[in-house]
Amino acid sequence: MIAESGHYALVLALGLALIQSTIPLLGARLNDPALMNVARSTALAQLLFVASSFAALVMLHVTSDFSVANVFENSHSLKPLVYKITGVWGNHEGSMLLWVSILALFGGLVAAFGSNLPLSLRARVLAVQAWIASAFYLFILTTSNPFLRLPDPPIEGRDLNPVLQDIGLAVHPPMLYLGYVGFSISFSFAIAALVEGRIDAAWARWVRPWTLVAWIFLTLGIAMGSYWAYYELGWGGWWFWDPVENASLMPWLAGTALLHSALVMEKRNALKVWTILLSILTFSLSLLGTFLVRSGVLTSVHAFATDPTRGVFILLILSVFVGGSLMLFVWRASTLKRGGLFSPISREGALVLNNLFLTTACATVFVGTLYPLALEVVSGAKISVGAPFFNLTFAPLFVPLMIAVPFGPMLAWKRGDLMGAAQRLLAAGATALLALAVTWAWARGGSALAPLAIALAVFVIVGAFTDLAERISLFRNPVAYVLARARGLPRSVWGTAFAHAGIGVALIGIVCETTWNTEYIGTMKEGDVMKIAGYELRMDSLTQRLGPNYRELVASFIVSLNSERLSKMTPSKRSFTTRGGMSTTEAALLTRGVSQLYISLGDATADGGIAVRIYHKPLVLLIWFGPILMALGGMLSLSDRRLRVGAPRPAEALRRLQVAE
Amino acid sequence: MKPLLVAICIVAALGLPAAHAVQPDEIMSDRVEEARARDLSRELRCMVCQNQSIDDSEAPLARDLRLLVRERIAAGDSDAQVLDFLVARYGQFVLLKPKFEPQTFLLWLATPFVLVGGGVALWMHSRRRSKVLGEVAGPALTAEEEARLRELMMQEVAQETSSANRL
Repeated sequence: MIAESGHYALVLALGLALIQSTIPLLGARLNDPALMNVARSTALAQLLFVASSFAALVMLHVTSDFSVANVFENSHSLKPLVYKITGVWGNHEGSMLLWVSILALFGGLVAAFGSNLPLSLRARVLAVQAWIASAFYLFILTTSNPFLRLPDPPIEGRDLNPVLQDIGLAVHPPMLYLGYVGFSISFSFAIAALVEGRIDAAWARWVRPWTLVAWIFLTLGIAMGSYWAYYELGWGGWWFWDPVENASLMPWLAGTALLHSALVMEKRNALKVWTILLSILTFSLSLLGTFLVRSGVLTSVHAFATDPTRGVFILLILSVFVGGSLMLFVWRASTLKRGGLFSPISREGALVLNNLFLTTACATVFVGTLYPLALEVVSGAKISVGAPFFNLTFAPLFVPLMIAVPFGPMLAWKRGDLMGAAQRLLAAGATALLALAVTWAWARGGSALAPLAIALAVFVIVGAFTDLAERISLFRNPVAYVLARARGLPRSVWGTAFAHAGIGVALIGIVCETTWNTEYIGTMKEGDVMKIAGYELRMDSLTQRLGPNYRELVASFIVSLNSERLSKMTPSKRSFTTRGGMSTTEAALLTRGVSQLYISLGDATADGGIAVRIYHKPLVLLIWFGPILMALGGMLSLSDRRLRVGAPRPAEALRRLQVAE
Repeated sequence: MKPLLVAICIVAALGLPAAHAVQPDEIMSDRVEEARARDLSRELRCMVCQNQSIDDSEAPLARDLRLLVRERIAAGDSDAQVLDFLVARYGQFVLLKPKFEPQTFLLWLATPFVLVGGGVALWMHSRRRSKVLGEVAGPALTAEEEARLRELMMQEVAQETSSANRL
């Protein structure tokens, strides 16, 4: 019964979405408030039905109802409860259901908190949301129904892929989807603005918080996925330039550009057309990511051609939405009034530069990811585009961008003073040079690239806080006064500083990990000792252990520094009883400050030893602290009163004016 | 969505046990040569995997390729010779960084093209717009022009008030 109700709820959600995608538009056209308000109730009802559908699938997984194909294929009665729940989206059908649930959630949020939006704009935004929703409901119902029953219910399930039986699955996909799908809001706003033919600073003010929310989640989602890969895959890599990763990086780059251009639009009423285009592109890239991951086209063009139903359906959705919105853009963009002017050296100019580099970076990832597919389709030639290509083309783009980052907030709107900004950044530059000298001396020669990159990162971090320090008059006034000023400073200024510093922090982590990483690969037996980066690791024991649905080989290492015992590390290798004895490596990590020791196990040898990989990764955690700092900056910015309050309602503004008089 | 899924798909598809990429018994005794082998391994694709280098991959084929790379290095090949040897055997597909040749011109030139093209477009756009601005605002007014402007504006105001009065 649960499966059927879940299925039925999804069908009802589709019905609601179809109503929501048409009636409010008609209402906006006829200027009929009753019809426009239909959008609000249908969006909320849609959320209710999708949520119940999702809850039904969770129920089926928790109760291990193997008569449902999706549960049978991805669950096992012995699986721990948390993985029974996360297993819901650890497969194609379930993850698509999560996708539409989050889409409905965002629609519901706009409906619930969008009361300060003009009625016609809200109706149109929600209608566009419903177009997207309808397309994906149809996709799920026709090609990927998670509630399909099996004619002969099996007694036991096939279990979830062991690598996915990790807490990472609980956090990473939902976060990523909140980001991906969150950008649908700015997309809907852009389409609604094009339909209305009107766009102003207030529009940017409404769009910015939604974009920011999506960006925060996407940032955290990508960082989380990277850390998950780092500890789970067992070879200590954290970014692979894999098409699946690139699929999430592209909307992030475009979304970051969008955040900055929307800022120009809000404050200066400029870059309108470009902001609209970026909103469309960002969500289009989210859709592209969904297509790449969900269609199987990445595995090989041929696999895609042999079972094309799903792929073709998403490709159709992709073409209709991207093609349609771009056509609408070309047709209507000229009706938008052009905004304020600015000189190239100005805050706006800096933000345009940011957009140029981020867009180029995004285009690089786009071409690098899709070129092999396109070439194979066109000429049949097979080439590979991997990490060495991206390191060579993508990374250099960030050098000028990062040099420019501290300058941006220092320049005035309209016409800035570059020399003045440079003078104010003198301290940051000096600190960077000092960092360069120190790193150079410490590394004793070697590659000059690493110390230069560290210097750049230090420049960005110190530069990010220079503006802040000046604005609160740090070191120039009594502490109490400085604190009062710090409190009075808009939170978005703090947000900018943290987010910008985050880039520098991440760069330090990346450079240190890639340059000064130490690695040991060898075979060890009980009692063997090896030294790495000053640490002494003794393999104490090698034992077998039984888990709930696996058995594992556990090695126990005693770690000491200067012959003082620090800790015990227990990497293991698990063989799962289900899934044909598939095995996973569970790396052991020991965190010291922000550096880590990393051990993972390989195959056991005939003479009782085992292959081990031991790494010392200096400052590696900074790679993820950087994005966390960026997300924190985003949250601070989001909590800024000016953004939270949003654009005032015209009536209220008028009332306030009268009171003031 | 995640590199994990990719790795899993391969491991699952081939039914391989998860093992290490570089095995202890593969490592060359000469440290410099081993470092060269590792660097080369990162540039080479494991052909049965999805976008993994042979340095990262656990597939048996990757191990064969790693051993082959080390064999060639031990035989005295230069880095370029090793790569050429592998390309001759397995085709361009084995290189993770494709060569700059007609079929990859677009790939390699996309980034500079977008950057330079975008820069030029921005420059032209800002010139065009400042020209528009120049026409609208023009150079600073002379004292004579300013006086004339004031006069015109006064006239307009007077006209408006008179027409309002008439109503």
